[in-house]
Parts: sequence; structure tokens; C-alpha cells
Amino acid sequence: MELTTIWFLLVAVLFTGYFILEGFDFGVGMLLPVLGRDDRERRVLINTIGPVWDGNEVWLITAGGAMFAAFPEWYATLFSGFYLPLLLILLALIARGVAFEYRHKRPEASWKRRWDAAIFWGSLLPAILWGVAFANILRGVPLDADHEYVGGLLDLLHPYALLGGVTTAALFLTHGAVFIALKTTGEVRDRAGALAVKLGLVAAVAAVAFLTWTLNIRSSAAAVVLAIGAALALLGGLAAARARREGWAFTGTAVAIALAVATLFAALFPNVLPSTLDAAGTLTATNAASTPYTLKIMTWVAVVFTPIVLAYQGWTYWVFRKRIGVVNIPQH
Amino acid sequence: MDALDVARWQFGVTTVYHFLFVPLTIGLSILVAILQTLWHRTGNERYLKLTKFYGKLFLINFAMGVVTGIVQEFQFGMNWSDYSRFVGDIFGAPLAIEALVAFFLESTFIGLWIFGWDRLPKRLHLASIWAAAIGTNLSAYFILAANSFMQNPVGYRINPDTGRAELTDFLAVLTNKVALITFPHTLAGSFLVAGSLVVTVGLWHVMRNRDSADTGAYRFATKFGAWTVMVSTALVLVTGDIQGKIMTQVQPMKMAAAEGLYTTESPASFSVLTIGSLDGSREVFAIKIPYLLSYLGTGDPEGTVHGINDLQAQYASQYGAGSYTPIIPVTYWSFRFMIGFGLAAAAIALLVLWAQRKGRTPTSRWLLRAGLVLPVLPLLANSFGWIFTEMGRQPWIVFGEMLTRDGVSRSVSLTEVLTSFTAFTLIYATLAVIEFKLLVRYAKAGVPDLTPDPEPDDTDDDAERPLAFAY
Ligand code: HDD
Ligand code: HEM
Ligand code: HEM
Repeated sequence: MELTTIWFLLVAVLFTGYFILEGFDFGVGMLLPVLGRDDRERRVLINTIGPVWDGNEVWLITAGGAMFAAFPEWYATLFSGFYLPLLLILLALIARGVAFEYRHKRPEASWKRRWDAAIFWGSLLPAILWGVAFANILRGVPLDADHEYVGGLLDLLHPYALLGGVTTAALFLTHGAVFIALKTTGEVRDRAGALAVKLGLVAAVAAVAFLTWTLNIRSSAAAVVLAIGAALALLGGLAAARARREGWAFTGTAVAIALAVATLFAALFPNVLPSTLDAAGTLTATNAASTPYTLKIMTWVAVVFTPIVLAYQGWTYWVFRKRIGVVNIPQH
Repeated sequence: MDALDVARWQFGVTTVYHFLFVPLTIGLSILVAILQTLWHRTGNERYLKLTKFYGKLFLINFAMGVVTGIVQEFQFGMNWSDYSRFVGDIFGAPLAIEALVAFFLESTFIGLWIFGWDRLPKRLHLASIWAAAIGTNLSAYFILAANSFMQNPVGYRINPDTGRAELTDFLAVLTNKVALITFPHTLAGSFLVAGSLVVTVGLWHVMRNRDSADTGAYRFATKFGAWTVMVSTALVLVTGDIQGKIMTQVQPMKMAAAEGLYTTESPASFSVLTIGSLDGSREVFAIKIPYLLSYLGTGDPEGTVHGINDLQAQYASQYGAGSYTPIIPVTYWSFRFMIGFGLAAAAIALLVLWAQRKGRTPTSRWLLRAGLVLPVLPLLANSFGWIFTEMGRQPWIVFGEMLTRDGVSRSVSLTEVLTSFTAFTLIYATLAVIEFKLLVRYAKAGVPDLTPDPEPDDTDDDAERPLAFAY
């Protein structure tokens, strides 16, 4: 396989990992005001992701770094082109990251309320905007022959992109609800389980509509198969959620997200950012790539370190495998 | 004002801001790991209390370092896209490796450390803080190697077809002589910050709560911090000296700019302070040490140090007409502030050590006041160090290869950059106030009372007891 193809796959894998992992912690953040009826319940929710959210976010940082190293043109065009949406994502991630750490540092209710809002909006905005961003990548954006973005902000907001945003938000909400049901005890668990099924139905409708629309824009045999797989996995996850088989339900939503992301990348390949104007402006895995020498070095680094990272992150989830409930929340 | 200026201001502000938290994370992670190791070795609860106490301050700071770092990671693409295209082949690799090798390690093990007090066996818990601390220090190496490429590009060629820089020797990038010396200098500067904070908090409690049961712990912390400061100062001096010599070789203009040296001199004297017009035309008042600049720059007291005028002429003939001179007052003063604030911190730490000698308790109100400003000094020294390094490189973004003005994103409008600059400034300013207040609050609260930590709980039953730590 060509090195550029390998790196296309690796970037896809990094984004998949990011959306599976940060997907549920975005979900937990968005559900905070819904499922957490009082302070203790909200603390239960936050503590389900407390030890892991930062590690989850590093998947994004690594994906960004990998794009920079392997496809500098893509990195440069995408982030300068999607300037304002990315700015919003960054502001949201700032507010939310600090909120997890600072929320419990003072007892006042008003203090906590503000950080709760930061967690909610800080999770909701990126959950929508990532969908908007990926829809635009799929559809293509106006690029000139120098690969410079020549559109404006409004070129990024159209019905297909908005549907993309609704889809990611709904998927992450479902995924988060299922995760909460898996990680908590008592009432929170019951409520989350019930909500997961309802949210899941919305997510399923949105996802099927979005993936179908996507495949109408650009498609490949692999993408069609993956999209069908994604839909089936989501339905399987929902069935399991209804039956209160929480482990299976979580597996289902995780696989659904993975396959949905895979669908997008499979449909995109070999392009990485199509141009809607000048065909010469289209960025592909070949014309956006670094030199083979750089890719070779990066491949070695990835081959050695990715399994190590997976091993210790997996172990972390094992260490914190226990469910928690309001009884486990300390007084202060 | 155009988009370029705002983009530069934004990069400067966000990066200096990021680097207010970075040195504390780098230094304090190791100091906390050492404290926890002392507890393991001796079983003395004093060290456990200090671990938890400084650990809390560390985490308040850490959160800010993380969220401001994410901005850095994407900022190259957002505002410096032509720069990213030009150097991506070389520059992206250390950044990606930093994330994969260092940030994963750091973020995962920090989580294990924070929440793992009752989940992990003691030794694994100790290993977690070390893994996080090592990850943190490792991350500095890769980003500094990337930055060093911009100061002294090595291991690359320019592809004549695309006009881009291409990597030819990755090892050369990682062993760039600028990186090899910048790394220890930055680390030493970081420990200067961390040590200073440890002193300040310790000293405050020693002087405020004289007869508390924990006075012994605070006395120890104060001494531990002060020694950290002293050792870091020595290292900062030694590495800074070597750095000066390397800089004179690879970026002679920066050395000349640091000194405001307009005409080539051999031997050259070091200006401790020059007041007058910095364009070299008029000198009102100057303190100079003969031979010192020659020695600093070349290692030979009689050595030649090139002046700005000669270098400007030389670059103009080499790279074409234009100004290749950084803004001299900025480089001149930032270099002096770096050294001055750093040494002032060392002086205060020395006074603290003296006041605590042979078990004495310091009483001077002046010492307490000096102690309270102590951590600010090395933070300023670090910021000015960076401002000097980065401003001294101007007008280049990659020395000798790309001008800063050519690196900016062409597709980003002035309105967009102004929006982001305003947004970042506002959110950063708000968070700065919040974080500072929290630090003070938790520093004042002092070491925690120890509730006996439950034995590691590695069973599968969903026991109904409180977690040792929860958000
Ligand atoms: C990996 C690259 C890199 C790294 C590690 C740093 N810088 Fe830098 N710096 C740049 C890459 C860069 C740059 C992209 O080259 C800038 C942006 C605009 C410019 O002129 O250079 C720059 C500019 C720049 C400026 C403004 C100069 C100007 O506007 O002309 C300041 C004050 C700093 N930096 C300070 C820092 C600090 C405090 C750092 C520590 C974290 C730092 N830099 C690390
Ligand atoms: C301008 C270039 C820089 C970029 C792109 C960058 C990127 C990042 C990112 C993405 C993070 C967050 C990691 C996480 O989530 O855990 C981070 C944190 C960190 N960075 Fe930077 N950084 C830059 C400059 C520096 C420099 C020069 C140093 C050290 C010398 C440094 C040291 C650190 C450290 C120690 C952390 C850990 C978090 C903390 O500071 O509390 N960074 N950086
Ligand atoms: C006392 C506390 C000091 C602190 C906190 C400090 C910190 C820093 C920092 C953060 C940088 C930018 C990163 C880098 O290039 O390494 C820097 C650069 C530098 N420092 Fe220091 N420094 C201190 C003292 C000194 C001293 C005493 C000297 C010289 C004897 C010195 C010489 C230099 C030089 C030459 C550079 C620029 C290197 C370059 O751009 O190539 N520093 N310092």
C-alpha cells in the first residue's frame, strides 16, 4: 500500500478514535442538565468521565498533529478555511476542560451553575460543529488553484452541513446516555437507559438521512457497505439498550460511530478536501502529502507507539471500570 | 493595522499565555513526584501531606496548560497556513510525535494519578505521577526541536519545483544544536518557576502559622523549593552561556540585537545598561563591562562580535533589499529582563535560605513581601526569554528561509483574526483571574488533614463507600 494511503487511513483511525471516545464524554456533558437533577447526580455524571476525558481529547490533538505532519496542505487549508467554526470549537473546548477541573473547587451553588453551563455548551457546540465540518469536507468547499479557501462563513452553513451537525450531536447524545447507563447505579442509570432509547431513535433517523445524502454526493462500494453496517450497529445497540444490556448497547453505539466515520472517509478517498470551484484546487491524499521520507519516519513512530497508547489507555478504562452512584460521591 | 499584525499579536499573546502555565507544569510535576517518592521511602506523613497539597496547586495550573495548548496546536493551520505549507514536511513530525508519545502519556497518567488514590496499588500510583511528569518533560523536547528548526534550520532541502522545505535528515532535526541547548535552558527556567512557587507557599505558612502541627512540613517545603531555585539558577546560567555562543554562530544578528551593538567590535564589551538612543547614535549613560560580550559570544575575551550595521548590509546583499534587523529596544530589554528577573528570584530564595538557617524562623515582614512576589519573577524571566528568542528572530519566521509576513494565512480576513484575537484575549483574561484566585485560595488553605486512605480497592463489587477523590 502507498504511504499516502496508509496515512489517510491513520488519520481516519485517529478521528474515529476521537469521535468514539470524546463522543461519549460530549454526550455526558450535554446530558448534564437533563440527567443530573441535583448537584450529587451531576457529580456522578461528571465523575464517570473525570479520569479519562483529557486522554480522549488527545486523540484530537494527535489527529491534528498527524494531519500537519502527513498532509500539511490539508491541515493548512482546512483550518484556515474553517476559521470561525474552528475558533468556536476551541473556545468550547477551553471552557469545558477548565470546568471539569474547577467546578468542584468551590462550594457555592452559583459557581457550580456557571461551570455546569460551560460543560453543557462546551460539549454541545463541538458536537454539532464537528458534524458541520465533516459534512463540508465531504461536500467540498470553494478552493482556488492554490488550494486557498475563497468562500465565506455562510458557504459552510447549508442544509446538508446542518444535518451533519444534528447527526453528530444526536449520535453523541445517544452514545453518552448509553455510557452513563453503563457506568452508574441507581436512578441515574435507569433514567439514562430509558433516555438512550429515545435519543437513539432520533439519532438513527438523522444518521440514515445524513449517510444517504452523503452517498448521493460521493460514494464508493466500501462506503455503502460501511454505511449499512453503521445503521445496523446503531439499531443493534438500541435493541440492547432497550433490553438493558448496557455493555452491548455501548458496543453498538461505539461501532455505529466508528462505521459512520469510516463511511465518510471511504466516500472521501482519495480526496481529502474537494474543491467545488476549480478542479485543480481539490486536495487529494497525494497532492496534499508530505514527502515519502517524512511519511516513512512517521509510520515507524506510529507503528511503535500506537499499540502502547492503546494498551495503557485500555488499562485505564479497566482500572476505572466500576460503576458509581450518589453513594460513592464524597461530601466535599 | 492588517491581518498580519493581528495574527502576530494573537500568536504572541496566546503563546506567552500558554507558557505561563507550562513551566509550572514541567517543574511542579517532577517536584510533586519527588515528594511522593519521599513519602514512599520514609513513610513520613509530612511528605504525603505536601504531595497532596502541592498536587492540588499543580492540577489547578495543569488544566489551564492543557486547554491553552490545544489552541497552539491548531493555530499554525488557522493563522499561519502558508508557513504550515512551507515547513509541514519537517515541522509537523515533531508536533505529531509530541502528541502521540508525550501528550497521551501525560494526560492518561494524570487521570490515573488524580483518581487513582484508592484504585491503584501504592507503587503503581507513584509510577503514574512519574509517567505523567516524564511525558510532560518529553513534550517540551519535541516542541522545542520544532521551534529550534525555525531558529536554525537543519536536515532539510528546498525542493526547487514546489519551493517547499523537505526533510532530508530527521535525526539532524532532533539533534539540532539549538534544540540540545534550548531544552536544558528552558527546563532549568521552568524549575526556577516551580521552586519559587513552592518557596512562596511554604514561607507564607511558616511565617503565618508558627506553632501549627504542620510547621515542620512547611519548613521542609520552603527549603526544598529554595534549593530547587538555587540549582536551577546555576543551570540556567551555564546553559544560557552556552546558548549565547551558539546563537552568535547561527544567528549573529540576534546577539547584536540583544546588545544593541551597532558596530563590529573586537574585543566587545557587555552593556549592563545603556540609556540613550538605541539606534546607536547617541549614548547618554552606559555601564559596560569590557571584554565580557566577546567572551559570552565567542568564548574568547578578545573575540570579534559583529555589529548590526555590518550584518544588515551582509544580509541585504545575501537575501535582497529589506530590513533584517529586529526591533532593537525589544530584544535589548527582553534579554536584560530575562536575566535580571531570573537572578532577582535567586537572590530572594537565597535570603529565605539564610533566614531559615539552623532552624530559625524568619520574621522580617520585608522577606514575607519579597517571598510573595517571588513566583512572578521567574515567570517574567521566562516570558521575556521567549519574547527575546522569537522577536530576535524577526523578520524571519524560519531563519534565512521564510519571512514572517510570507507565512500568514492569505484566506483569513482581518475581521476573522480580530474576532479570534478578541475572543481569546477575553476568555484568557477571565480564566486568568479565576485561576489566580483559586491558586491563592488553595495555597492559603494549607496542607490537608489526612483521612487514612482506604486500602486499594481492586474488587469487583460495587461497594457503597465514597471515592477517595471525585470531581
Ligand atoms: C513551534 C513553534 C514555536 C514555538 C514552540 C514557540 N514559538 Fe514563538 N513564534 C512562532 C513559533 C513558535 C512563530 C509561528 O514563528 C511566530 C508567530 C509569528 C511570528 O513571527 O513567529 C512566533 C512569534 C512569537 C511571538 C511574537 C513575535 C511577533 O509577533 O513577531 C512571541 C512573543 C512568541 N512567539 C513567544 C513564544 C513563546 C512564549 C513560546 C513558548 C511557548 C514560543 N514563542 C514558542
Ligand atoms: C507554540 C507551540 C506549541 C504548541 C503547538 C503546543 C501544543 C500543546 C498542546 C496541544 C497541549 C495540550 C496537551 C494536553 O491536552 O495534555 C500542550 C500542553 C503543554 N505544552 Fe505546549 N505547545 C507549544 C509550546 C510549548 C512549549 C515551547 C513548551 C515547553 C517548552 C510546551 C510544553 C507544554 C506542556 C508541559 C504542556 C502540558 C500541559 C500544561 O502546560 O499544563 N508547549 N501544548
Ligand atoms: C535567570 C533566569 C532565566 C530564565 C528563566 C531564562 C529563560 C529563557 C527562556 C524561556 C528562553 C527561550 C527559550 C530558549 O531559547 O531557550 C531563553 C532564551 C535565552 N536565554 Fe535565558 N533565561 C534565564 C537566564 C539566562 C542567562 C543568565 C543567560 C545568559 C548568560 C541566558 C541566555 C539566553 C539566550 C542566549 C537565549 C536565546 C537563545 C536563542 O534564541 O537562540 N538566559 N531564556
